[in-house]
Amino acid sequence: MVEVGISRTTLPVGSLAHHASGWWGMLTVIATEATLFAYLLFSYFYIASHAQDAWPPHGLPKLSLAIPCTILLVAGSVTMWWGERGINRDRPVRLMLGIAASAVLGFVFIALEGVEWAKEPFHLTSDVYSSLFFTITGFHLAHVIVGVVLLTVLFLWTALGYFDAKRHSAVSIGVLYWHFITIVWLAVFFTFYIAPRLG
Amino acid sequence: MSARCTLVPSVALLARSATTYADTPMSYLHTYGPAGDPITRLGWGLGTISIAVISVIAVLLLGGLFRHRTERASDDAQLAVGREGGGMAWIYVGVGVSTVVLIICMGWTLVTTAIVLHPPSTPALTVQVVATQWWWRLRYTSANPSRTFTTANEIHIPVGQPVRFELASVDVIHSFWVPQLSGKMDVIPGQTNVTWLEADKPGVYRGQCAVFCGAEHARMALEVIADTPVDFRAWQDDQLREDPPPGSVTVRAGQRVFQAHCAACHAIRGSDAAGIVGPDLSHLMSRRTLAAGSLPNTPGNLAGWIADPQSLKPGAQMPDHLVSGPDLTAVVEYLNTLQ
Amino acid sequence: MTEVETFRAPLVARATDRSRSSQILEQNWKGPGGIAGWLSTVDHKEIGKRYLVTAFLFLLIGGIEAAVMRAQLTQPNEHLLTAEQYSQLFTMHGVTMIFLYALPVLSGFSNYLWPLLLGSRDMAFPRLNAFSYWVFLFAGIFLYVSFPLGAAPDDGWFNYVPYASRAYNPGINIDVYALGMVLLGISTTVGSINFIVTLLRLRAPGMSINRVPILIWGTLTASVGNLLAVPAVSLAFFMLWMDRQFGTHFFDVSAGGQPLLWEHLFWMFGHPWVYAIVLPAMGIVSDGLPTFCRRPLVGYTPVALSTVTAMVLGFGVWVHHMFATGLPAIAMSYFSATSMIIVIPSAVAVFSWIATIWTGRPVFTSAFLFFAGFVILFVIGGVSGFMTAAVPVDLQLTHTYFIVAHLHYTIIGINVFPVVGGIFYWFPKFTGRLMNETLGKWTFWVMFIGFNVGFFPMHILGLVGMPRRIYTYPEGLGWGPLNLIVTLGSYLFAIGVLMFVVNVLVSLKRGKVAGDNPWDGPSLEWSTSSPPPVYNFAVIPTVASRYPLWEARLHQGDDRSSTRQGFLLDKGRETMGTTSLDAEPDVILKMPSDAYSPLLLALALAALFVGALLHSWWLLGAALVVITLASIAWLWPQRSLSQIET
Repeated sequence: MVEVGISRTTLPVGSLAHHASGWWGMLTVIATEATLFAYLLFSYFYIASHAQDAWPPHGLPKLSLAIPCTILLVAGSVTMWWGERGINRDRPVRLMLGIAASAVLGFVFIALEGVEWAKEPFHLTSDVYSSLFFTITGFHLAHVIVGVVLLTVLFLWTALGYFDAKRHSAVSIGVLYWHFITIVWLAVFFTFYIAPRLG
Repeated sequence: MSARCTLVPSVALLARSATTYADTPMSYLHTYGPAGDPITRLGWGLGTISIAVISVIAVLLLGGLFRHRTERASDDAQLAVGREGGGMAWIYVGVGVSTVVLIICMGWTLVTTAIVLHPPSTPALTVQVVATQWWWRLRYTSANPSRTFTTANEIHIPVGQPVRFELASVDVIHSFWVPQLSGKMDVIPGQTNVTWLEADKPGVYRGQCAVFCGAEHARMALEVIADTPVDFRAWQDDQLREDPPPGSVTVRAGQRVFQAHCAACHAIRGSDAAGIVGPDLSHLMSRRTLAAGSLPNTPGNLAGWIADPQSLKPGAQMPDHLVSGPDLTAVVEYLNTLQ
Repeated sequence: MTEVETFRAPLVARATDRSRSSQILEQNWKGPGGIAGWLSTVDHKEIGKRYLVTAFLFLLIGGIEAAVMRAQLTQPNEHLLTAEQYSQLFTMHGVTMIFLYALPVLSGFSNYLWPLLLGSRDMAFPRLNAFSYWVFLFAGIFLYVSFPLGAAPDDGWFNYVPYASRAYNPGINIDVYALGMVLLGISTTVGSINFIVTLLRLRAPGMSINRVPILIWGTLTASVGNLLAVPAVSLAFFMLWMDRQFGTHFFDVSAGGQPLLWEHLFWMFGHPWVYAIVLPAMGIVSDGLPTFCRRPLVGYTPVALSTVTAMVLGFGVWVHHMFATGLPAIAMSYFSATSMIIVIPSAVAVFSWIATIWTGRPVFTSAFLFFAGFVILFVIGGVSGFMTAAVPVDLQLTHTYFIVAHLHYTIIGINVFPVVGGIFYWFPKFTGRLMNETLGKWTFWVMFIGFNVGFFPMHILGLVGMPRRIYTYPEGLGWGPLNLIVTLGSYLFAIGVLMFVVNVLVSLKRGKVAGDNPWDGPSLEWSTSSPPPVYNFAVIPTVASRYPLWEARLHQGDDRSSTRQGFLLDKGRETMGTTSLDAEPDVILKMPSDAYSPLLLALALAALFVGALLHSWWLLGAALVVITLASIAWLWPQRSLSQIET
């Protein structure tokens, strides 16, 4: 082998922020999961448009728990964003605080959703509306649960000192996912709670 | 031998085959009414264009293949690699011509769609069709309720007028299709689809369920019989007429057998039998076929069907061995009186 | 402890496979070998071969199913099969061919070839690659276990409700199908993710987006399509499974459910899917024809753009599968128009291939015969599709054997023929040996004639009214003689397929030894040895044109690609990450070594689905736990991947 020379460009090595393959991978995961929710909401609107009787059949869904849920998730996105800025400045403690806050907010969201489910006058097999309601919010809830697990693991990794200002692609990827589930919730919230009120 | 000697007989054979095939009962190469004819014309047009396209591409392909045949690549030195450029004209011309043809066909399609979607005049007659695994219930309605009746599997329509069909299903998706009269319309639970048929001339037009609906989907046929208006009126009157009460001892016995073993599922107008699970058997002998077009309606077939329906249509809802022996003979004799 | 490097100015070297540096690369990339290696490999070439072999096995199984069906239909009123047996056969034939053969075989080609075509040392996510194969295998087994249980799915591959609901189909058949498809969908999705990120990030420096081979465009487009389409069918099957297990009402008419919701969701997936199973195969032809016509493809840019356009339009035509369902005329007219417009991108490709042949100097190898034959089969399949695009005509043609003819001309013509040609073409690269050309040419003619004799008459059978999915038909309808011809022709086609398989098996042992580039092809894979070394390239190539190995002869400009001089990247398993459009060096990517986590995760996932099928909730729960832990272990940041600092 004849060594020709060192290249003139210095290149990053490995998972550095948006250079990480995992970042792009998460974007594609979001694309496919977003499409899944699009098809779920399509199903809702399709069924609604063919409904013979009044829709929603059990009256307008109450906002009393749905609005707090929305606020919780939006707040969780803010704290994640704040936490990531922390690690960008080499402050892992701030990152840990942000992750912990988002995880707690997510956890409360899950609990509130559970309460909402229990309070509904219908159950899973009452009719097609209830089937859609529990399935769609259920899919979203499953994504939140995965997100909370993800945040827990990220918290652990941060505590182990894995991340610094240069290298924290796992965190960036996690933040992406967390924002995604917030946006999906906004779509689900609009579909079930706002759209029927729009006459 | 010139090419013409083989070409002409081949085309003649093809044309004769085409005519022969056009005459088979389910063929829509020729149709016999305004619900189907515009479709058939469009179909022939698109088919001709398709054959032309295939022929042109085949000629171009063969031309390209045989223009410069080269030696095998594994022989000697590298074969020369040609220039990059050239050839774009093929794409421009080919796509250009294709686009023009497509636009014309799109226009013709839209016009045809508009024509066949609705009958040319308001249909005077509506038939309600209920598709079920694996037969067709038919209800002829009328403004006069005393002229409403139910029958099964054999539809009669008067020639020269559009007839409206309201299609419903009580179980799974089926498809109502009488190819010599029109395109198909699926029958979907939870909704009523509407289609129309019109026959130009009297005749028997065979149909068949066209969407897989379970085990005996293959044996869910129907017939549309187009009658002259006089004959149609006569058929309606026949269907509405009450049969005289049973005369002979055997026939009376047969009626009792029917009431005991068959009336739970089948109805016969004018008798006590009023079952709605299975086909209405009023005036059964006026029908050409049994078991949704599966068997010609002969006494032998009728007896065989009653004794052992599962051997012809396994999975049909009619159980085997409902009647046998002298009961079977009696009930067949009774049914034979339902003209 | 050596500090993990953050930045490096990588070494540029001149090297070949025989250089000392290549021995180091061999050490870096070589797996453990033996059973351990077999279970833990993440080498894209190994995974590609597995996909190809497994897909071909499913092709043969699907073919046997078809042969038995054809025996039943040869004459009217036959009693070889019961109606239920026939239903299971036609369903599994469709499922096997469309899901277990048609896409996986293309994944096989793409997995093997992509890094070699792109000038990379692996795919973006090697472990995910292994995972997608294992899940595909387990999904196929999951679906097929139903057969010995006598409970194979039996409502056709499109599985319409209400017949697929519990009320009419109480056995486990449809549950197997539903869960098997969701499982398979996971494999397809992660495979698509891998292709997309690989294309965006892992090309050789200089391989700008307008220089990648058309196979890359085809697979990329199919992958994006799948990403957006698979969720529809996974959702539909999940909803059906919920209806069947728990009594939800998505498709239950009595409670406001809609049977047509199933059809919409299924075909919103189904139509893009049929483009996913042909666009990569069209890419195989677009890349193979230039080699055998001794000239670059005519109209690279139009063909690349038409590939993308076809997929995009493919999302806007699904209702053409539903023209007979009683939809409003205006909706049907819109979809009829889009279904006609979608002919145009196909026309671009067809004329490009004809122009390449016409202006080139064809070399009649077996591979070339399959590629040339494909063109006419493509057109026949295309025009029968064009006929069905017209709504009123489709009202006659739909649900008949005309459609069966159309779908076989498109799937066999546009997928199988390019695949077989592609095997003849790349077999030397995969194995180091050539296939037998004489047998290959005979195989082509037997397959081509057999296929046309077997399937062209189906157009006529459709036109004389023979519906699909009937296990028998009566005398007197004129269907007997044509069915006999169809059976004989399809058996001849099957013989051709067997001849091909024999050729593969014999050539593996006794084929003539091939050099690096037996066909004098232009693309990067032909610069490596046959088969390539485990590390693919001794140095990362630099690319200056579309046809790197033909540059000197094409006389285009002064820039030259190089496979001899480039980035060495030998500090562990490494490859170059480049920018998305222009492929400028961007990051040195660290690749993971062989691992058991993909297999473990796939097994746990399969266990999850078995638990769901059998209502064994403890199994399902345990599997979920294993999946969670295995995923965390997989994603744990590693120093060797430069994911963490200390």
